[in-house]
Amino acid sequence: MLVKRIIPCLDVKNGRVVKGVNFLNLRDAGDPVELGARYSDEGADELVFLDITATIRSRKTIVGLVEKVAENIFIPFTVGGGITTIEQMDELLRSGAEKCSVNTAAVENPTILTEGAERFGAQCVVLAIDARRRKDKPGKWQVTIKAGTEPTDLDVIEWAQKAEELGAGEILLTSMDADGTLTGYDNELNKAVSDAVNIPVIASGGAGRLEHLYDAIVLGDADAVLMASITHFETISIREMKQYLRTRGIPVNL
Amino acid sequence: MTIFLFNYRLMICVIDYNVGNVESVCNAFRYINTASELTADPDKLRSATGLVLPGVAAFGFAINALGPLAELVKELALAGKPILGICVGYQMLFQQSCEYGTHKGLGLISGNVVPIPAGRVIPHMGWNSVEPPGDMDLFAGFDGAKYFYFAHSFYADVTDEQAKVAYTDYGFTLSAAVQKANIYGTQFHPEKSGPQGLQVLRNFAAFVERGAG
Repeated sequence: MLVKRIIPCLDVKNGRVVKGVNFLNLRDAGDPVELGARYSDEGADELVFLDITATIRSRKTIVGLVEKVAENIFIPFTVGGGITTIEQMDELLRSGAEKCSVNTAAVENPTILTEGAERFGAQCVVLAIDARRRKDKPGKWQVTIKAGTEPTDLDVIEWAQKAEELGAGEILLTSMDADGTLTGYDNELNKAVSDAVNIPVIASGGAGRLEHLYDAIVLGDADAVLMASITHFETISIREMKQYLRTRGIPVNL
Repeated sequence: MTIFLFNYRLMICVIDYNVGNVESVCNAFRYINTASELTADPDKLRSATGLVLPGVAAFGFAINALGPLAELVKELALAGKPILGICVGYQMLFQQSCEYGTHKGLGLISGNVVPIPAGRVIPHMGWNSVEPPGDMDLFAGFDGAKYFYFAHSFYADVTDEQAKVAYTDYGFTLSAAVQKANIYGTQFHPEKSGPQGLQVLRNFAAFVERGAG
């Protein structure tokens, strides 16, 4: 049976792991390679590295980091942040990444999803969505790009469905409202997107306690749960998360 | 007088054919102290003690990228050189695939690569348990089921009666690994499956060594 995945996320800025609240007020959380290795040793199922400066400063992706991580860590990892071309995806995959995530580039040029899927297979193409609740329309979320700085007119559910059609093989769904708050995932959002698509959905944003992980899986119907602050700062180990989920009947790789 | 020095080195060639994930396989071999080289040089492939056909790519892209090397790989595999196909490299061992069009594979093992049936989340992405049949070299030393990392939307429907097959359960029975004489393949990524994945690569290396010795 396929297990639910626990995925620590490492936001990388200027070569360091950082983490903020609602995408702001970043705190240093350590060295990306060391932290990645620690999580891998603790039993993480997968890692996500997001180069959070890349989009804004148009910085190119973090190939060097990917190579270092890939030399020492033998679990899959996704790399995202500032990827705009198929060639960049190719370079990252060749350097050892298992998957690439695209966000802004997919909104601006949706064919990157199709081209990526046709070349690398859909399983390599992760669509990252930064979702923000609409104040004017309850129960709706809008797609936000450029590291959360630029709202778009896209509706999250419609965009998720379109992206699946275009070739995305997975959705990394971040609630900007919940991000870094430690108050729980936006499971209304997770459930709405999971119901709308047939590809795996990774719930992201808001994990603060063990039961939040359970809720994202059971209430949000997430295939995987991603967390940052809870592992970087709150010292809940991956093993504890898996033990907890197992006692509540969730299949995990422990 | 000719002195035969024991300078023989196990050399596994990881076939570099312009698809993703090739470096990870070499990293994993390095980690388990097995000499490997990433190359597309036909002479090196001929003199290698074992071959790995890695792959993160769509089938059509991969088989086209392999190009003229396909015939050589097939020839070497049929001549008995140990070969391990991983993910799309595994799928290429079979006769054909229908991922984005119909594409011929290497035809080393009977069976076709077909879509995972609808009615479940696709791609099949993440860690799933594989129950080793017991007599497959790749799983030597494993006691019971172990989790491995999968990421794919198509799978090999193995029809070869000479092939040993290990399966995983994804709401239906899905081939996870295959062995036919010197030809091995895993749908999962051993290089991304933690300690148990590294053990699969060690087992392959051990088989290569036995063949070479």
